[in-house]
Amino acid sequence: MKHRKSSQLLQQLVFVGPSIVFFILIIVVPFLLGMYYSFTDWNGVSENINWVGFDNFLHIFTNDPKFQTAFWFTVRFTVVGVVLTNIIGFFLAYFLTKPLKTRNILRTIFFMPNVIGGLLLGFIWQFIFVKGFSAVGDVTGWSFFNLPWLGDEPTAFWGIVIVFVWQTAGYLMVIYISSLTNVSPDLLEAAEIDGASRWQVLRSIILPLIMPGVTICLFLAISWSFKMFDLNLSLTKGGPFGSTESVALNIYNEAFVNNRYGIGTAKALIFFVIVAIITMIQVRLTKSKEVEA
Amino acid sequence: METTKNYRFSTIVTEIIMVLIGLLFLVPFYFLFVNSVKTFGDLLTNSAAWPEVFQWGNYANAWEKIKFPSALMNSLVVTVVSNLLLVLISSMAAYRMVRSDTRFNRILFGMFIAAMVIPFQSIMIPLVTVTSNLGLIDSLGGLIICYLGFGAPMSVFLFHGFVKSVPLEIEEAARVDGSSVYGVFFRIVFPLMKPMYVTVIILNTLWIWNDYLLPSLILQSSNLRTIPIATFALFGQYTKQWDLALPALVLGIMPIIIFFLLMQKYIIQGITAGSVKG
Repeated sequence: MKHRKSSQLLQQLVFVGPSIVFFILIIVVPFLLGMYYSFTDWNGVSENINWVGFDNFLHIFTNDPKFQTAFWFTVRFTVVGVVLTNIIGFFLAYFLTKPLKTRNILRTIFFMPNVIGGLLLGFIWQFIFVKGFSAVGDVTGWSFFNLPWLGDEPTAFWGIVIVFVWQTAGYLMVIYISSLTNVSPDLLEAAEIDGASRWQVLRSIILPLIMPGVTICLFLAISWSFKMFDLNLSLTKGGPFGSTESVALNIYNEAFVNNRYGIGTAKALIFFVIVAIITMIQVRLTKSKEVEA
Repeated sequence: METTKNYRFSTIVTEIIMVLIGLLFLVPFYFLFVNSVKTFGDLLTNSAAWPEVFQWGNYANAWEKIKFPSALMNSLVVTVVSNLLLVLISSMAAYRMVRSDTRFNRILFGMFIAAMVIPFQSIMIPLVTVTSNLGLIDSLGGLIICYLGFGAPMSVFLFHGFVKSVPLEIEEAARVDGSSVYGVFFRIVFPLMKPMYVTVIILNTLWIWNDYLLPSLILQSSNLRTIPIATFALFGQYTKQWDLALPALVLGIMPIIIFFLLMQKYIIQGITAGSVKG
């Protein structure tokens, strides 16, 4: 009996031990430590760390216009980004589940931007916005292309949106394709025989049946756009005048550029709470709309 | 007859529209490539045109400036080693958690799931302190350990779902035949998990290979730079020197594009499988 127990313990250690160690070291400890720092005035280097209570949070909510700008930017960006990527991703999937000859090549093309990291994509697009667009503008004469893309507040916002959509729509397309191919053709045929229009079929049959896919795609798009960092950094660095600074970039700057670890970690904690609440609400809402076929 | 005719016509229209959208999607790649082989002057005045003379010398410059072989090697080491270790430790953990359904393991699994909601930016600041106190800063090994920590929750979660579908009977038969628990895992369960570790490897590769923020916090020495870090450093140093920057970007995206084109089928499957579980 004793032998059995110790062998169980050994198994637990061998199988689960390594994962637990890394998990605690890299996630749990920093997470708890972050909670502690967020109530201090630590600058990241200094030996003395003073407890300041809720001062950091008070400062963030009342006296930090840059954070508020960043937060507002992130919210607007998330709303626009989530809607556009999902609509485009869905329609790409919808048409690429039809018997097109170029279907497989097109799927590859739409997905390709996704394998490249956000940082490199941002740099590629920087060139396109600065040089490529003006070249296209010269050829076509369309003033749209000659706008000061990354140098002006409203266009910089849409510039990041364009790159984000170009990058992520293909990933959502893959998930929507797999959801769509699971919809039984019999149901669609029956609806057609009953005289349903294409729009009715889409709204009343396809959409309810692919709700699990919608849940995942919304979840992914929300968390990607809310946590956006790489694209933001390489495209605009938050400029012009901080108008496109995302919350993630703001937290980074606070800690590693301004050396205010205390305030940075407080922001990070607020960020975590917001992300957790939003994703939980979203998953709950869309899950409730899922139906069994 | 009427309907098939209609159907066919609309398919052709759809096809043409989709091909046009596909070409539109490729335009950025066209600009990138075409301008990477132009002289600086040509690239400024004529960025939409096909290059008159191909300046392959741009690539030689960029290759040297970002120390491409070293950056590629660092990226490869980090991605491959992290992947192999992650697959090993998370499949083992998931297996044990399913097969030994104790309270402790259930709580642990719950913690792994909960941790998936934490954005990286929420823990990166104290992570820098923790890693530097542990001496993990400025080494590829330290970076890999970070990836093991961050990758574990999602990988364990994916394996967890899969192990549940592995029938217990096979394992029991092996046990009766005298195999140890470890033997059962490595000889029977692990090989059965192939579809899932392909998924886990694909998802982790796309993430780790392209990650910029974590390596930028952990690595300092220039000889340890991964591809994203080397590219970022180049852009900081040679702002707007596009005849150097564009070939560097092409070099930077090449390895992962080739990986994608070779592994396409598995990548698409992996993402589909991962999203259903996630």
